[in-house]
Amino acid sequence: MSIFDYFRSAKKDTASIAKERLQIIVAHERNQRNKPDYLPKLQQELLEVIRKYVDVDQDQVEVQLDNNGNCSVLELNITLPDRV
Amino acid sequence: MAKIIVVTSGKGGVGKTTTSAAISSGIAMRGHKTVVIDFDIGLRNLDIIMNCERRVVYDFVNVINGEANLRQALIKDKRAENLYILPASQTRDKDALTVEGVERILNELAADGFEYIICDSPAGIEHGAFMAMYFADMAIVVANPEVSSVRDSDRILGILQSKSRRAENGERVEECLLLTRYNPERVAKGEMLGVQDVEEILATKLLGVIPESETVLKASNQGIPVIHDIESPAGQAYSDAVSRLLGEEVEHRFMSVEQKGLFKRLFRRSA
Repeated sequence: MSIFDYFRSAKKDTASIAKERLQIIVAHERNQRNKPDYLPKLQQELLEVIRKYVDVDQDQVEVQLDNNGNCSVLELNITLPDRV
Repeated sequence: MAKIIVVTSGKGGVGKTTTSAAISSGIAMRGHKTVVIDFDIGLRNLDIIMNCERRVVYDFVNVINGEANLRQALIKDKRAENLYILPASQTRDKDALTVEGVERILNELAADGFEYIICDSPAGIEHGAFMAMYFADMAIVVANPEVSSVRDSDRILGILQSKSRRAENGERVEECLLLTRYNPERVAKGEMLGVQDVEEILATKLLGVIPESETVLKASNQGIPVIHDIESPAGQAYSDAVSRLLGEEVEHRFMSVEQKGLFKRLFRRSA
Protein backbone atom coordinates (compact mmCIF):
# COMPACT_ATOMS: atom_id res chain seq x y z
CA MET A 1 0.00 0.00 0.00
CA SER A 2 1.44 3.34 -1.00
CA ILE A 3 1.39 6.39 1.18
CA PHE A 4 -1.27 7.92 -1.12
CA ASP A 5 -3.55 4.99 -0.55
CA TYR A 6 -3.15 5.43 3.15
CA PHE A 7 -4.37 9.00 2.98
CA ARG A 8 -7.21 8.13 0.66
CA SER A 9 -8.52 5.39 2.91
CA ALA A 10 -8.15 7.57 5.96
CA LYS A 11 -10.35 10.16 4.31
CA LYS A 12 -13.22 7.80 3.57
CA ASP A 13 -15.68 7.93 6.41
CA THR A 14 -17.04 4.76 7.99
CA ALA A 15 -20.65 5.59 7.09
CA SER A 16 -19.81 5.40 3.36
CA ILE A 17 -18.06 2.08 3.91
CA ALA A 18 -21.18 0.80 5.66
CA LYS A 19 -23.37 2.00 2.80
CA GLU A 20 -21.23 0.36 0.13
CA ARG A 21 -21.07 -2.94 2.01
CA LEU A 22 -24.81 -2.91 2.56
CA GLN A 23 -25.59 -2.16 -1.07
CA ILE A 24 -23.54 -5.16 -2.17
CA ILE A 25 -24.91 -7.67 0.34
CA VAL A 26 -28.50 -6.51 -0.02
CA ALA A 27 -28.34 -6.78 -3.82
CA HIS A 28 -26.86 -10.26 -3.51
CA GLU A 29 -29.47 -11.44 -1.00
CA ARG A 30 -32.36 -10.01 -3.04
CA ASN A 31 -31.11 -11.99 -5.99
CA GLN A 32 -31.11 -15.18 -3.92
CA ARG A 33 -34.52 -14.42 -2.49
CA ASN A 34 -36.28 -14.30 -5.84
CA LYS A 35 -35.27 -17.83 -6.65
CA PRO A 36 -37.94 -20.46 -6.12
CA ASP A 37 -37.54 -22.86 -3.20
CA TYR A 38 -37.40 -25.91 -5.47
CA LEU A 39 -34.19 -24.84 -7.20
CA PRO A 40 -31.66 -26.66 -4.94
CA LYS A 41 -33.72 -29.87 -5.07
CA LEU A 42 -34.09 -29.59 -8.83
CA GLN A 43 -30.34 -29.22 -9.12
CA GLN A 44 -29.80 -32.27 -6.92
CA GLU A 45 -32.18 -34.46 -8.89
CA LEU A 46 -30.82 -33.32 -12.24
CA LEU A 47 -27.36 -34.18 -11.02
CA GLU A 48 -28.47 -37.69 -10.12
CA VAL A 49 -29.95 -38.24 -13.59
CA ILE A 50 -26.85 -36.92 -15.31
CA ARG A 51 -24.63 -39.05 -13.12
CA LYS A 52 -26.34 -42.16 -14.45
CA TYR A 53 -24.69 -41.44 -17.77
CA VAL A 54 -21.72 -39.18 -17.15
CA ASP A 55 -19.35 -38.88 -14.24
CA VAL A 56 -19.79 -35.30 -13.04
CA ASP A 57 -19.35 -33.53 -9.72
CA GLN A 58 -21.86 -31.38 -7.83
CA ASP A 59 -20.11 -28.16 -8.79
CA GLN A 60 -20.02 -29.04 -12.47
CA VAL A 61 -23.76 -28.63 -12.78
CA GLU A 62 -25.10 -25.12 -12.58
CA VAL A 63 -28.78 -24.33 -12.54
CA GLN A 64 -29.80 -20.75 -12.99
CA LEU A 65 -33.15 -19.09 -13.26
CA ASP A 66 -33.30 -15.69 -14.93
CA ASN A 67 -36.33 -13.48 -15.16
CA ASN A 68 -36.72 -11.40 -18.28
CA GLY A 69 -39.90 -9.42 -17.95
CA ASN A 70 -42.76 -11.90 -17.97
CA CYS A 71 -40.76 -14.92 -19.10
CA SER A 72 -38.32 -16.95 -17.05
CA VAL A 73 -35.38 -18.86 -18.46
CA LEU A 74 -34.08 -21.93 -16.69
CA GLU A 75 -30.49 -22.35 -17.71
CA LEU A 76 -28.66 -25.61 -17.15
CA ASN A 77 -24.92 -25.62 -17.50
CA ILE A 78 -23.06 -28.92 -17.27
CA THR A 79 -19.32 -29.15 -17.60
CA LEU A 80 -18.53 -32.58 -18.96
CA PRO A 81 -15.27 -34.21 -17.89
CA ASP A 82 -12.33 -34.18 -20.32
CA ARG A 83 -12.23 -37.06 -22.70
CA VAL A 84 -9.27 -39.22 -21.94
CA MET B 1 -62.85 -2.39 8.89
CA ALA B 2 -59.85 -2.62 11.16
CA LYS B 3 -56.40 -1.79 9.87
CA ILE B 4 -53.78 -4.31 10.98
CA ILE B 5 -50.31 -2.86 11.38
CA VAL B 6 -47.28 -5.00 12.26
CA VAL B 7 -44.24 -3.44 13.92
CA THR B 8 -41.31 -5.58 12.88
CA SER B 9 -37.54 -5.46 12.30
CA GLY B 10 -35.82 -8.83 12.20
CA LYS B 11 -33.07 -7.69 14.50
CA GLY B 12 -33.75 -7.40 18.22
CA GLY B 13 -33.24 -4.36 20.39
CA VAL B 14 -33.95 -1.76 17.72
CA GLY B 15 -37.09 -0.39 19.37
CA LYS B 16 -40.07 -2.47 18.19
CA THR B 17 -41.83 -2.52 21.56
CA THR B 18 -41.02 1.14 22.27
CA THR B 19 -42.46 1.95 18.85
CA SER B 20 -45.55 -0.25 19.28
CA ALA B 21 -46.30 1.42 22.61
CA ALA B 22 -45.75 4.93 21.25
CA ILE B 23 -47.60 4.49 17.95
CA SER B 24 -50.60 2.70 19.48
CA SER B 25 -50.87 5.37 22.20
CA GLY B 26 -50.59 8.11 19.58
CA ILE B 27 -53.31 6.65 17.36
CA ALA B 28 -55.61 6.13 20.35
CA MET B 29 -55.02 9.70 21.53
CA ARG B 30 -56.30 10.91 18.17
CA GLY B 31 -59.59 9.25 18.95
CA HIS B 32 -59.32 5.87 17.25
CA LYS B 33 -60.19 2.70 19.11
CA THR B 34 -56.90 0.83 19.14
CA VAL B 35 -55.51 -2.43 20.45
CA VAL B 36 -51.84 -3.36 20.70
CA ILE B 37 -51.00 -7.09 20.78
CA ASP B 38 -47.74 -8.53 22.09
CA PHE B 39 -46.73 -11.47 19.86
CA ASP B 40 -43.53 -12.22 21.77
CA ILE B 41 -44.77 -15.42 23.43
CA GLY B 42 -42.55 -16.44 26.35
CA LEU B 43 -40.78 -13.07 26.47
CA ARG B 44 -43.55 -10.57 27.00
CA ASN B 45 -42.44 -7.00 27.46
CA LEU B 46 -45.06 -4.70 26.07
CA ASP B 47 -46.88 -4.87 29.43
CA ILE B 48 -43.89 -3.51 31.36
CA ILE B 49 -43.23 -0.77 28.77
CA MET B 50 -46.87 0.29 29.13
CA ASN B 51 -46.95 -0.07 32.91
CA CYS B 52 -49.68 -2.70 33.11
CA GLU B 53 -47.51 -5.69 34.08
CA ARG B 54 -49.38 -6.12 37.35
CA ARG B 55 -52.78 -6.05 35.69
CA VAL B 56 -52.22 -9.06 33.45
CA VAL B 57 -54.68 -11.84 34.30
CA TYR B 58 -55.33 -13.57 31.00
CA ASP B 59 -53.25 -13.37 27.85
CA PHE B 60 -53.33 -13.79 24.08
CA VAL B 61 -52.79 -17.57 24.22
CA ASN B 62 -55.56 -18.00 26.82
CA VAL B 63 -57.95 -16.29 24.40
CA ILE B 64 -56.80 -18.40 21.44
CA ASN B 65 -57.29 -21.56 23.49
CA GLY B 66 -60.71 -20.45 24.66
CA GLU B 67 -59.66 -20.32 28.33
CA ALA B 68 -60.72 -16.69 28.52
CA ASN B 69 -62.63 -14.29 26.32
CA LEU B 70 -61.25 -11.12 24.81
CA ARG B 71 -63.04 -8.89 27.28
CA GLN B 72 -61.30 -10.66 30.16
CA ALA B 73 -57.86 -10.49 28.58
CA LEU B 74 -57.82 -6.94 27.20
CA ILE B 75 -56.24 -4.41 29.54
CA LYS B 76 -57.49 -0.85 29.28
CA ASP B 77 -54.65 1.66 29.14
CA LYS B 78 -54.70 4.18 32.00
CA ARG B 79 -53.29 7.06 29.96
CA ALA B 80 -54.86 6.92 26.54
CA GLU B 81 -58.58 6.48 26.24
CA ASN B 82 -59.53 4.10 23.40
CA LEU B 83 -56.38 2.03 23.94
CA TYR B 84 -56.30 -1.62 24.97
CA ILE B 85 -53.39 -4.01 25.44
CA LEU B 86 -53.46 -7.73 24.76
CA PRO B 87 -50.42 -9.20 26.55
CA ALA B 88 -48.39 -12.18 25.39
CA SER B 89 -48.27 -15.37 27.35
CA GLN B 90 -45.19 -15.73 29.53
CA THR B 91 -45.33 -19.48 30.03
CA ARG B 92 -46.45 -21.20 26.85
CA ASP B 93 -44.25 -22.01 23.93
CA LYS B 94 -44.66 -19.94 20.81
CA ASP B 95 -46.29 -22.72 18.79
CA ALA B 96 -49.41 -21.92 20.79
CA LEU B 97 -50.09 -19.29 18.13
CA THR B 98 -51.88 -20.81 15.15
CA VAL B 99 -52.92 -19.13 11.92
CA GLU B 100 -56.57 -19.99 12.60
CA GLY B 101 -56.39 -18.87 16.23
CA VAL B 102 -54.76 -15.54 15.42
CA GLU B 103 -57.20 -14.92 12.58
CA ARG B 104 -60.18 -15.60 14.84
CA ILE B 105 -58.94 -13.11 17.47
CA LEU B 106 -58.22 -10.44 14.85
CA ASN B 107 -61.72 -10.87 13.41
CA GLU B 108 -63.25 -10.65 16.88
CA LEU B 109 -61.33 -7.44 17.58
CA ALA B 110 -62.48 -5.94 14.28
CA ALA B 111 -66.08 -6.94 15.04
CA ASP B 112 -65.69 -5.30 18.44
CA GLY B 113 -65.12 -1.95 16.73
CA PHE B 114 -61.36 -1.68 16.92
CA GLU B 115 -60.10 0.56 14.11
CA TYR B 116 -56.40 -0.14 14.48
CA ILE B 117 -54.75 -3.39 15.54
CA ILE B 118 -51.03 -2.98 16.22
CA CYS B 119 -49.04 -6.23 16.27
CA ASP B 120 -45.77 -6.00 18.20
CA SER B 121 -43.57 -8.64 16.57
CA PRO B 122 -40.84 -10.59 18.34
CA ALA B 123 -37.32 -10.37 16.91
CA GLY B 124 -36.14 -12.97 14.43
CA ILE B 125 -37.97 -14.68 11.59
CA GLU B 126 -39.40 -17.57 13.58
CA HIS B 127 -43.02 -18.57 14.11
CA GLY B 128 -44.01 -15.67 16.38
CA ALA B 129 -42.65 -13.06 13.99
CA PHE B 130 -44.38 -14.81 11.10
CA MET B 131 -47.70 -14.85 12.97
CA ALA B 132 -47.39 -11.15 13.78
CA MET B 133 -46.89 -10.19 10.14
CA TYR B 134 -49.09 -12.73 8.36
CA PHE B 135 -52.37 -10.79 8.52
CA ALA B 136 -50.87 -7.30 8.26
CA ASP B 137 -52.26 -4.64 5.94
CA MET B 138 -49.32 -2.44 6.73
CA ALA B 139 -45.83 -2.96 8.13
CA ILE B 140 -43.70 -0.53 10.08
CA VAL B 141 -40.14 -1.76 9.69
CA VAL B 142 -38.07 -0.41 12.57
CA ALA B 143 -34.36 -0.03 11.84
CA ASN B 144 -31.31 1.54 13.41
CA PRO B 145 -28.78 3.29 11.16
CA GLU B 146 -26.38 0.38 11.49
CA VAL B 147 -25.35 -2.44 9.10
CA SER B 148 -26.86 -5.50 10.77
CA SER B 149 -30.20 -3.81 11.40
CA VAL B 150 -30.49 -2.51 7.82
CA ARG B 151 -29.60 -5.88 6.37
CA ASP B 152 -32.18 -7.65 8.56
CA SER B 153 -34.79 -5.06 7.60
CA ASP B 154 -34.27 -5.87 3.96
CA ARG B 155 -34.75 -9.54 4.74
CA ILE B 156 -37.98 -8.79 6.59
CA LEU B 157 -39.22 -6.69 3.65
CA GLY B 158 -38.59 -9.70 1.41
CA ILE B 159 -40.55 -11.99 3.72
CA LEU B 160 -43.46 -9.52 3.87
CA GLN B 161 -43.55 -9.49 0.08
CA SER B 162 -43.66 -13.27 -0.21
CA LYS B 163 -45.04 -14.92 2.92
CA SER B 164 -47.81 -12.65 4.19
CA ARG B 165 -51.45 -13.34 3.41
CA ARG B 166 -51.64 -10.26 1.24
CA ALA B 167 -48.66 -11.50 -0.76
CA GLU B 168 -50.31 -14.91 -1.14
CA ASN B 169 -53.39 -13.17 -2.53
CA GLY B 170 -51.27 -11.19 -4.98
CA GLU B 171 -51.65 -7.96 -3.01
CA ARG B 172 -48.99 -5.87 -1.35
CA VAL B 173 -48.43 -5.11 2.30
CA GLU B 174 -48.00 -1.36 2.61
CA GLU B 175 -44.49 -0.95 4.00
CA CYS B 176 -42.82 1.96 5.68
CA LEU B 177 -39.53 2.55 7.41
CA LEU B 178 -39.05 4.00 10.88
CA LEU B 179 -35.45 4.86 11.62
CA THR B 180 -34.80 4.94 15.36
CA ARG B 181 -31.83 5.88 17.57
CA TYR B 182 -30.77 8.39 14.95
CA ASN B 183 -27.89 10.67 15.84
CA PRO B 184 -27.60 13.64 13.44
CA GLU B 185 -24.24 14.71 14.91
CA ARG B 186 -22.66 11.36 14.11
CA VAL B 187 -24.26 11.36 10.66
CA ALA B 188 -22.73 14.80 10.01
CA LYS B 189 -19.33 13.43 11.04
CA GLY B 190 -19.69 10.49 8.65
CA GLU B 191 -19.80 8.01 11.51
CA MET B 192 -23.39 6.88 11.01
CA LEU B 193 -25.54 5.99 8.01
CA GLY B 194 -27.82 8.88 7.09
CA VAL B 195 -31.58 8.71 6.45
CA GLN B 196 -31.05 9.05 2.70
CA ASP B 197 -28.54 6.19 2.72
CA VAL B 198 -30.93 3.82 4.48
CA GLU B 199 -33.88 4.91 2.33
CA GLU B 200 -31.82 4.33 -0.79
CA ILE B 201 -30.66 0.86 0.28
CA LEU B 202 -34.09 -0.34 1.40
CA ALA B 203 -36.12 1.58 -1.20
CA THR B 204 -38.97 1.98 1.30
CA LYS B 205 -41.10 4.99 2.14
CA LEU B 206 -39.95 6.80 5.27
CA LEU B 207 -42.50 7.03 8.09
CA GLY B 208 -40.23 8.88 10.45
CA VAL B 209 -36.89 9.36 12.11
CA ILE B 210 -36.72 9.05 15.89
CA PRO B 211 -33.64 10.76 17.28
CA GLU B 212 -31.52 9.00 19.86
CA SER B 213 -32.74 10.46 23.11
CA GLU B 214 -32.27 9.96 26.84
CA THR B 215 -35.99 10.39 27.26
CA VAL B 216 -36.70 6.98 25.68
CA LEU B 217 -35.01 5.13 28.55
CA LYS B 218 -36.53 7.46 31.11
CA ALA B 219 -39.95 6.74 29.66
CA SER B 220 -39.51 2.98 29.73
CA ASN B 221 -38.15 3.17 33.30
CA GLN B 222 -41.50 4.60 34.32
CA GLY B 223 -43.70 2.62 31.98
CA ILE B 224 -44.93 5.70 30.14
CA PRO B 225 -44.86 5.43 26.33
CA VAL B 226 -42.44 8.14 25.19
CA ILE B 227 -45.08 9.79 22.97
CA HIS B 228 -46.63 11.20 26.17
CA ASP B 229 -43.43 13.18 26.75
CA ILE B 230 -44.33 16.11 24.53
CA GLU B 231 -41.17 18.00 25.44
CA SER B 232 -38.94 15.23 24.20
CA PRO B 233 -37.69 15.19 20.58
CA ALA B 234 -38.32 11.42 20.47
CA GLY B 235 -41.89 11.91 21.69
CA GLN B 236 -42.48 14.65 19.13
CA ALA B 237 -40.96 12.54 16.36
CA TYR B 238 -43.30 9.66 17.24
CA SER B 239 -46.22 12.06 17.25
CA ASP B 240 -45.26 13.22 13.73
CA ALA B 241 -45.02 9.59 12.63
CA VAL B 242 -48.55 8.95 13.93
CA SER B 243 -49.82 11.95 11.94
CA ARG B 244 -48.22 10.57 8.78
CA LEU B 245 -49.66 7.15 9.50
CA LEU B 246 -53.11 8.75 9.67
CA GLY B 247 -52.54 10.40 6.31
CA GLU B 248 -51.38 13.88 7.26
CA GLU B 249 -48.46 15.53 5.50
CA VAL B 250 -45.91 16.45 8.14
CA GLU B 251 -42.41 17.65 7.42
CA HIS B 252 -39.60 15.50 8.84
CA ARG B 253 -37.77 16.92 11.84
CA PHE B 254 -34.76 16.02 13.98
CA MET B 255 -32.76 14.86 10.98
CA SER B 256 -30.04 17.49 11.08
CA VAL B 257 -27.82 18.94 13.77
CA GLU B 258 -29.71 21.43 15.86
CA GLN B 259 -28.19 24.89 15.77
CA LYS B 260 -28.12 26.12 19.31
CA GLY B 261 -28.83 29.83 19.60
CA LEU B 262 -26.80 32.08 21.85
CA PHE B 263 -29.59 32.42 24.38
CA LYS B 264 -30.20 28.73 24.50
CA ARG B 265 -26.51 28.12 25.10
CA LEU B 266 -26.34 30.65 27.90
CA PHE B 267 -29.49 29.27 29.37
CA ARG B 268 -28.26 25.72 29.29
CA ARG B 269 -25.00 26.71 30.93
CA SER B 270 -26.63 28.57 33.78
CA ALA B 271 -29.32 25.94 34.30
